[in-house]
Amino acid sequence: MSSAVEAAAAGAERVRAPWRLWRRQAAAILRLEVKKNFWGKRAILMYLLAAFPVAIFFALTQFDKRAAADISQNWGEAKVIFANIFEGLVLRTVVFFGSAWIFMNLFRGEIVDKSLHYYFLAPLRREVLVAGKYLSGLVASGVLFGLSTAGSLFFLYMARGYRASIDDLVGGPGGGEVLAYLGITVMGCLGYGAFFLVIGLFFRNPIIPALVAWGWEWINFLLPPVLKKLSVIHYLHSLMPVPVYEGPFALVAEPTPVWIAAPGMLLTVAAVLVAAGYRIRRLEIRYGGD
Amino acid sequence: MSGAETIVFEDVSKFYGEVLGVNRINLTIAPGITSLVGPNGSGKTTLMNLMTGLIQPTGGRISVTGISTGEPERLFRKVGYCGQFDSFPKGLTGYEFIYSYLLVHGETKKEAEAGTWKALERVDLVGAAHRKVEGYSKGMRQRARLAQSIAHEPEVMILDEPLNGLDPMARAETIRLFRELARDGLHLIISSHILHEVDQMSDRVVLINNGYIIAEGQVSGVRDEMEEHPIQYLIVCDRPSLLAARVFAEDSVVEARLTDDRGGLFVKTRNLDSFSLLLNRVVLEENLTIESVTPVDDDLNAVYHYLIGAGGGGQA
Ligand SMILES: Nc1ncnc2c1ncn2[C@@H]1O[C@H](COP(=O)(O)OP(=O)(O)OP(=O)(O)O)[C@@H](O)[C@H]1O
Ligand SMILES: [Mg+2]
Repeated sequence: MSSAVEAAAAGAERVRAPWRLWRRQAAAILRLEVKKNFWGKRAILMYLLAAFPVAIFFALTQFDKRAAADISQNWGEAKVIFANIFEGLVLRTVVFFGSAWIFMNLFRGEIVDKSLHYYFLAPLRREVLVAGKYLSGLVASGVLFGLSTAGSLFFLYMARGYRASIDDLVGGPGGGEVLAYLGITVMGCLGYGAFFLVIGLFFRNPIIPALVAWGWEWINFLLPPVLKKLSVIHYLHSLMPVPVYEGPFALVAEPTPVWIAAPGMLLTVAAVLVAAGYRIRRLEIRYGGD
Repeated sequence: MSGAETIVFEDVSKFYGEVLGVNRINLTIAPGITSLVGPNGSGKTTLMNLMTGLIQPTGGRISVTGISTGEPERLFRKVGYCGQFDSFPKGLTGYEFIYSYLLVHGETKKEAEAGTWKALERVDLVGAAHRKVEGYSKGMRQRARLAQSIAHEPEVMILDEPLNGLDPMARAETIRLFRELARDGLHLIISSHILHEVDQMSDRVVLINNGYIIAEGQVSGVRDEMEEHPIQYLIVCDRPSLLAARVFAEDSVVEARLTDDRGGLFVKTRNLDSFSLLLNRVVLEENLTIESVTPVDDDLNAVYHYLIGAGGGGQA
């Protein structure tokens, strides 16, 4: 009898304070998914991607004495080169493909593994499932690709030397730039993550849409300003602490100011996740025919 | 709750593209234990996935204890589903499998822990709780799924062939568990393609074939009809014509017919017990060597044909 009373009380609480329930449920999902994202069999590719730029900067600065000397002597120029490599290698390659891999597999991977029903059999708003999974993807990609960015910067500053680095980081603009790079990396995960989560939900074979998106992001610098805004890279590009030269054919658009770029991206992410929530409410468990 | 009905199907159809899953189902499942019986591919899993909202009907409406199946967040407070999916989230132990599920329900760690042990105990998996599910046997995985479906103490349990893969001991245990749960006031819907099991478990049966409900009613009615239905055996022995001569004299035998290669005998009997006695007698008296005795049409299709032929109260 008392358990019936408790259950009724719990039910009433659910109605009054759904947020509290949703938070607990999202936390439970996060716990399971983060573990999967970091230790699952699909994680290997993510580690390889994240290690890639660090390895490049390590090799460049530790084995090539001339390059190391160059960095330390032409520090201003080195920073511009770093910004270019960062955008091309870290953002457009590692963060793009890493997020594609992680976020597309949040649902697609579970359909392939035939384990999605585990969540679908719980009294769980499907939107909460989307949110929990998205957060778990953010944790995995943010941490790993953040470390990737940090590692690349670490070797850049190693080449500059200890004293000069401290001066630049503490006294100069370096500290702000490092934070900006890390912020941009996380923003990249945020934006690409939302995009690929939805792609993974709508497409049976997400490779093609991923490649189309990749092409779109690459030709972005050629696009007229209006179309430029329909991309993630444009906003990330606008946030870069050191301007990146886009080549002679670029149609130069006013960079979107930070106070629009950052919230704009968050709003886009929210809209995309709403689409995901709509889609997942109609998603069927049909492993066989899928 | 809307009245006494547990589950209501109103004109429900489900097509997988061109393929028919179930068609024009109008069905009300009352409280108690109900079995859903049908041969492979008849639509049992389709009906159960519809009841639990894992798939959406192409047409019609379904509600479970008054809740629409489009609202999983409310539905699974009341419903537990032990499906046919034999796949699990990777890397979890049996304990974590249930525990995480209860956390996803929104339970606190303490509640989830207590609930997990209770459920594992009910299906006798406590000893294997901390082993990885991947390493479980088929029967243990079946029990783990069963534990998942009762862990949150639902009012309605939907079980898709829950005895599959269980050894006779575990079967008996599980059937006892179902009876116990029913006595505690739970409503169970159990699918099976073995009528004999259904007979032991349920109050009511729903017979489904090719996506249509062909009969529903009390188990006793179905059982009576089955008892009247003669069962056919194939007996392979060294002198089938001699056996045929002896068998013809027996009352309970409806028909006896030599096989085309004359190496065996088809026998239709209404009374298995007296028939086996006769067989033993013949073996002793005539020194007959029997190679095998196999039931020939003791499968559901035969029973269905019989039931449909006899106008088994279908509604289709
Ligand atoms: N995902 C799917 N895609 C296409 N057809 C399907 C799908 N699932 C089921 N079907 C078809 O729907 C019909 C009913 O299948 P269902 O799985 O409901 O039968 P069942 O009674 O559960 O069979 P079993 O005893 O083998 O479990 C079958 O013809 C099957 O081929
Ligand atoms: Mg089935």
